[in-house]
Order: sequence, then structure tokens, then C-alpha cells
Amino acid sequence: MAETLKITDLHVAVEGKPILRGVNLTINRGETHALMGPNGSGKSTLGFAVMGHPGYEITSGSISLNGEEIAEWDATQRSRAGIFMAFQRPMAIPGVKLADFLRHATTNVRNPERREGAELIPMRQFRKELTEKMEHLRMDTEFARRYVNDGFSGGEMKRAEILQMAMLRPKFAILDETDSGLDVDAVKLASESIAEIGGDQMGILIITHHDKLLERNAPDFTHVMLGGRIVETGGIELATELYTEGYDRIRAAYPEAAEAEQEMVGKEVEAV
Amino acid sequence: MATDVTEENALGEINKYDFVTPSHDVFKAEKGLNADIVAQISEMKREPDWMRDFRLDSLKIFESKPMPKWGGNIAINFQDIYYYLKPANEQGRTWDDVPQEIKDTFDKLGIPEAEKKYLAGVKAQFESEVVYGSLQEDLGNQGVLFTDTDTAVREHPEILREYFGKIIPPTDNKFAALNSAVWSGGSFIYVPPGVKIDFPLQAYFRINAEQMGQFERTLIIVDEGAEVHYVEGCTAPMYTTESLHSAVVEVIVKKNGRCRYTTIQNWANNIYNLVTKRAMAYENSLMEWIDGNLGSHLTMKYPAVYMMEPGARGEILSIAFSSKGQHQDAGAKVVHCAPNTKSRIISKSISKNGGRSSYRGLCKVEDGATGCKSNVVCDALILDPDSRSDTYPYIEVEEQDVQIEHEASVSRIGEEQLFYLMSRGLTEAEASSMIVSGFIEPLIKELPMEYAVEMNRLIELQMEGSVG
Repeated sequence: MAETLKITDLHVAVEGKPILRGVNLTINRGETHALMGPNGSGKSTLGFAVMGHPGYEITSGSISLNGEEIAEWDATQRSRAGIFMAFQRPMAIPGVKLADFLRHATTNVRNPERREGAELIPMRQFRKELTEKMEHLRMDTEFARRYVNDGFSGGEMKRAEILQMAMLRPKFAILDETDSGLDVDAVKLASESIAEIGGDQMGILIITHHDKLLERNAPDFTHVMLGGRIVETGGIELATELYTEGYDRIRAAYPEAAEAEQEMVGKEVEAV
Repeated sequence: MATDVTEENALGEINKYDFVTPSHDVFKAEKGLNADIVAQISEMKREPDWMRDFRLDSLKIFESKPMPKWGGNIAINFQDIYYYLKPANEQGRTWDDVPQEIKDTFDKLGIPEAEKKYLAGVKAQFESEVVYGSLQEDLGNQGVLFTDTDTAVREHPEILREYFGKIIPPTDNKFAALNSAVWSGGSFIYVPPGVKIDFPLQAYFRINAEQMGQFERTLIIVDEGAEVHYVEGCTAPMYTTESLHSAVVEVIVKKNGRCRYTTIQNWANNIYNLVTKRAMAYENSLMEWIDGNLGSHLTMKYPAVYMMEPGARGEILSIAFSSKGQHQDAGAKVVHCAPNTKSRIISKSISKNGGRSSYRGLCKVEDGATGCKSNVVCDALILDPDSRSDTYPYIEVEEQDVQIEHEASVSRIGEEQLFYLMSRGLTEAEASSMIVSGFIEPLIKELPMEYAVEMNRLIELQMEGSVG
């Protein structure tokens, strides 16, 4: 039976302001989806809502995993169920070594029933696997001794996110602008890595403005988000069109969503 | 009064530090404080006249001084405390001589691990007296003296008397005066010129009798070019009535010498921990205090370094963890008395469940102490809205040509950090615990391995059940 992450008529508010206004999206395990759209259209909000950020309030609609409703679950439960998000701006955790953090995380995700304080996966086994993955990603193993995202460059953060994904082996992964802040070679390496980690094993949602990450992770579907809704879905040719032509055609074709976009962006400006 | 340690409890490990071993006291001074009791303590210890007089004079000073009006609220009935308790007639010389009951206590504290490694170097204080301790042979051969302070009064009076009470005189503060009157136990260390001890000397001790004050007295003399690292660890059982711990620690580091003094204290929630620690550092020497304070009802402790001659350096690294019903008023003092002296203070505090942590620090530069540098960093982490953190930095500079830096930060565990870690499968409690352990990492990495492990475990225990 195909495993499925299904988002139905999802409405999400942040600090009382509506951002998502009825998103529908179904991702089967093994599929790659691209999510594009202008800044402020709600792409990252969708990622945070699916991952279970407490600040993103689901006002109506549903998120289900293999038919089970998960909208009430916290991030811990969702992570252990196999959902992963590579963050656009991951948080620094000063004083905590990447390796220690990852050993804890890997243990929990692989043993979803693990209780607090129970044994972690054996150090030797963990180190071996971590070293292999890091070599694969062409990362210096010394990197694992650094504190999580503390003083990392933009590129280092993104690679650390991909390393975490490689270790946690999620069923569904959301990559939130994993290509931003990376130079051309790094994007290439990142895309190769995602493919090698087992793109065909995961259901992937790639949030991006560029087509580079999509070159080696050709999307089965491309979705365009505008004003808090997915307004159009197509194949890879849609991604290429948006990348080269921009969103004018989309805005013209969906005036209602474009209006919502104006409203949202306007609100953001007010807030700043 | 003693609870049965074998009583099953579902909390298991949490209560590892919470038990009482029945005391079979050989001698217990009367409860209360007066000249007769002080004289009796001195007599029981067969002390020379000068020490008895020192104690009696100190008692008068204690009685004449008012309670400090700053820091925390001190509610102690000084007449309701036992000031002296001696658990065994003779001090143990080998492990075999140590009474089984005391070994059991060590077992419960998990001391054997450290014991195996440093068997010969361990000094352990059980109740008021050092009952076990043997000096590693090669240290003895190098002329190092490492004994309890009572023994030093009898066996090394000439060197002890030269420094005892000179760094922290009884007139310094009310609690230093109290300690001077009723002190018992503590370590005495002398490291001769040029001798470098390459493993930490350790002392474990704990309070184990209800309402008993603990007043150990430590004196460390590091002679020219010598080096020592002294470690004291401390875990106390829990009681329901007030208990007082008031130690005095004096350190002298002579020219080109180095001394590091590491303390990890985890007091029961009812204990007043009022400690005076001070070092004098001479030409080009280095004094380091590493101080971890957990538990207690109120801790007031400000390790100090007086830099007496050019090139002296003082470093103080401290951490305070306060929870419900606890107030940690901790900090540091650095006093630059000579040119080109340098100091560094790093202070970290964590407050949770309504706990209060205060940083209280003094940086003083005396007139003529040119070219001094001082750097102070204090970071506070507050885990919930009921908890509190304050910073009281005092800076007194009487010299123009100096460089003083002070940075302070207060942070709360951020929702974004928690979410990030939870999105990787950690529970909220595990995520908080990890953020806290990262926060104190700069201190942990300075600790010897077994203390680092114990400290991390203690922090985990403190964090358990703190959220969700």
C-alpha cells in the first residue's frame, strides 16, 4: 500500500493572521513535488504547519499520514512518524555538538517508542554510520564536533540539514529553500545528495525559487502557491516556466489569489 | 530521624542522592554556640593554645557582626545547630580501615569509580572529620603535604600558622568568623617549589546528620613554580529542617605558580551554603576557580582572586542552577592590586520552576595598577516565567590605564530552538535539557572527566519533569 501524506483544505493562521487559505496537496512516498511561488505566498508556512510548529495554528482542514489525522500531534510525534523538514534558517544550539544531537535524534526517530533516558544507539555503530554519510556528502568529519548551526555559514547549515535527513531517513521530507545561500557547486552537490539519500524512497516537497535543485530531482509535480493556496499544478515544464518567466501569468489567471497575496504582503509590511 | 535507605522508590535514580546513613557518632558537641562549646571543640581536637584562642576570638567577632543585609534572606537559629560531630576515633589510613557504613555511603554516591582511579589521592569528609584519606606515595616523596586541616594543625604547625586566617581573617565577614570559631576538617595542601602535580587532588564530602553545620576549612599553598588542581565534589542528602554549610577556603599562589580549584556542589534544598573563598596570586602566577552550584536553599558564594604582584592572573568560571525554593546568589571578585594583571570571569546561571539566580560580581582596580585587563561575561538562562535572574556587577576602578569589559545576557529557551530539536524526534523535555547542557558546556569541558559526567547527570536530573 502506498504511504501518503495528505493535506486537505488546510487553513493556517500565524498570530491570528490567516496565511494558508485552503491548501490541498497529496504526496505519495516515492514522489517528488516542487512548490514554487512568490515571497510571502505561504510556502514556508505550509512546511511549518506540516512539521507541527506550535506558532502555526491550524484553523481548519486536515493533515493526515496514511489515513491517520496528525494535525493534533506535536513535532516530536510527527518526526518519529517519519516527517522531516530541512529548515531555511535552522536554529543554532550553542554548546551542543552536532554528533551528540544527531545520535539522540537518530535514536528517537528509529525507535519511536523510546522513553526519555533510555539507551542511545551504540556509539560505535552511530559513528560508523555518521562517518560514512559525511564522507558521502563530502563533509569533513571534524564538522560533527562543532556546535549545532553555531557560527555555520549558510552553506554549512544547509549541508548539516541534508546530513540530518540522511541519518534520520524520513518517509516524507520538506526542503525549505535548501538551495538558497548555496553556490552553484554546492547546489549541485546538495541535489546529488538528495537523490542518493534515496529520493525514490521518500515523498519530497521541494520549496524553491530556482530550478537548480530540480535538475537532479526532477519533480513529478510542480505546484504554484499564491495568496495562501495552491492555484496550479503541472509537471516539470511548469517549474521551468516560473523560473524563467516569473509569476505574472499566474497572477493574471488567478485574480482572487493575487488579491489575497496583496493583502498578505501588505500586512507583512505593516508588521515590519 | 534516619529514613531507611532500602525503601523502594519508584523514582530510582532521582533519589540516588537523597538518603541518610545512620550515624553512630563517637562524639557530638552540645547543640548551640557559646565559648564553652568552642573551647570544648578545641579540647576534643587536642589543639594548641593559639588555635583555641583564635577560635574564641573569632566567636567574639562573629557575635559582634550583624547579619549581612544584602544577598539572600538568611533565617538561621545559630543555637539550634550542632557544631561538631566526630564519626570515628581514628582517621582511616587505608581503604580497609574505613568503616563499612561510610563505604556504603560512598557506594550510594557512586564514588568508587573515582575512588578506583585516584584511590591514593582521595580525601573524603564524612560528617565533620576526614575519616579516610591516604596520600599517594610519590607525592609524599616530592614533599607535597596533603592532609586534613586538623592533622595539619598538629603536624605542620609552622607552615600552617604562617598562612591560616591571613587570606580571610575572621574579621572579614560574619560567616568567616563563624567558621573560624567552629571549623572542622577541610583539606590542607602544600606544594613545594617547582613541583607539578599532574592529576587532580580530590575531596568528596557530605553532610550526614540532621541540623548539623559543616564548617570545613581549607588552606592551599602553592609555592614558586608549583602547580596543583584541587577538586571538591559534594552531594548532600535531603532533610526537612534547616542546615548550614559555611566553609572558608584560603589559597596562596606564589610566583609562577598555578592553582585550579574545582567545586561541584549539589546541596539539599534546605541548606544554607554560605562560603568564603579567596586566593592571593603573586608574580606571574595563575589562580583559577571553577565553581558549580546546584541545589541548596540559599547559596552566597563569590570566589575571589587578589592579584598582588605584576603579571598575576585570575580566572573564575561559575555556574548556578536554581529551582523551586532555591536562591543562588553567586558570582566572583577580582581585585587588581598590581600592574599588568589580568582577570576573566565567566558566569552562567539557569533558573527554573520559580528558582532565582543572581550574579553578584566585583571588579576592582587599585590606584597604580596600570595595564590591567579584565573581562566579565555573565549569561543567564531562564526556563519559565516564574523564575528570576538578576545581575549585580560592581566595578571600582581607580586607575586610568586599564581595559575593562563587561557583557551580560539574559535569555529564555526559545520556542524556535525547542521546535527545531523536537522536529528531530526529541521530546520537549529532552530538547530543554539539551539546550541547558549546551549552555553550560563551556564550564563542563573544564571539568575532569568523571566530574563532567556527574555534572551532566545532575543537570539531567534537575531537568527531568521540568516541562510538559
